[in-house]
Amino acid sequence: MHRPAGGPPCWPLVTWPPMALLAGKRLLVTGVLTDDSIAYSVAALAQKEGAEVVLTGAGRGLSLTKRVAQHLPTPPPVLELDVTVPLQVANVAEDLKERWGALDGVLHSIGFAPQSCLGGGFLDAPWEDVQVALQVSAYSLKVLTAGFLPLMQAAGGGSVVGLDFDAAVAWPFYDWMGVAKAALESTARYLARDLGQHRVRVNLISAGPLRTVAAKAIPGTAALEEVWGERAPLGWDASDASSVAKACLALLSDLFPATTGEIIHVDGGFHAMGA
Amino acid sequence: MGPEESFEQFKECAVEVLQVDPAKVVPEARFAEDLDADSLDLVELVMALEERFGIDVPESELEGVETVEQAFKVVSSKL
Ligand SMILES: NC(=O)c1ccc[n+]([C@@H]2O[C@H](COP(=O)([O-])OP(=O)(O)OC[C@H]3O[C@@H](n4cnc5c(N)ncnc54)[C@H](O)[C@@H]3O)[C@@H](O)[C@H]2O)c1
Repeated sequence: MHRPAGGPPCWPLVTWPPMALLAGKRLLVTGVLTDDSIAYSVAALAQKEGAEVVLTGAGRGLSLTKRVAQHLPTPPPVLELDVTVPLQVANVAEDLKERWGALDGVLHSIGFAPQSCLGGGFLDAPWEDVQVALQVSAYSLKVLTAGFLPLMQAAGGGSVVGLDFDAAVAWPFYDWMGVAKAALESTARYLARDLGQHRVRVNLISAGPLRTVAAKAIPGTAALEEVWGERAPLGWDASDASSVAKACLALLSDLFPATTGEIIHVDGGFHAMGA
Repeated sequence: MGPEESFEQFKECAVEVLQVDPAKVVPEARFAEDLDADSLDLVELVMALEERFGIDVPESELEGVETVEQAFKVVSSKL
């Protein structure tokens, strides 16, 4: 077998020298709010793996996003994108069209529920509030995917990755956010169904609990972290988002070309245990 | 940098991030009640202070911090 000097034993299955996982990929990363954000880890690791990244921030959080963007290995541009404002989605698409002409992947790392929807009082949360939770946390996956579809088509296909919290069961305190996650899971499957023909993959990462701004807004997460650490066969570190980020990178890369409508658990194995 | 100069810089950050009248940023001012700051404002303020003073403030040290004086103490202890 012909093999370049110094190459790995399995050539030609891998290139040598090894290519960065995301070399040449143009990614839109939503959801960076602080350096604890899951999306922050994704952006940082994606840059290290050779991706070009543009961040988006929303509303009151935009100035924070701009600040933390400066902490990334290569400070990326930050655009304004509130998923409830169609014009802002269109503006970002326009910007990316001029900047790159095409888009290889989108990270959806967005969740929000008004206080009444979390932490008990499931029976009392008014529809006006529930509707916000569903729109921002679930319907938004459709909004982003459809909004950036033309750009992903221009790239010959793409990968959309969203962040999920296992919605197969009811959790203490998670309430209407849990219902929103169930909707997110279903939305991802329908998007996968409709966009496969365009070679756009839509997948979710179901993450264990991580200490972020969004998580702190939910009462009772500390107790959950503890149980998680004990029950997960691999253990669980709620202060380290990098394991979740690495799985996002894998889905954004070319390593899962035939996977769509999937939910991958990155939770230390918690979901597979009965007790 | 003396404590007075540090406080002036602290105040500048607070005024910029919280968009409040400088005269309101006094040691006894409470962030939530007097400066109308929510939790995101505080996260951003801490980030601005870390940048300004070149320090690192672990979140655990901010637990229970409610007033300008308390926050300034945490920052001062890092200088
Ligand atoms: N932290 C956890 O334990 C955990 C576990 C599983 C899944 N998740 C999911 O991960 C995702 C990211 O959350 P995180 O934990 O990194 O917290 P985070 O607070 O850092 O991120 C939440 C993001 O949602 C964005 N957002 C809220 N409303 C928006 C709107 N209208 N338009 C655009 N963006 C908006 C915020 O700007 C913020 O960047 C969420 O979907 C969350 O549900 C988190």
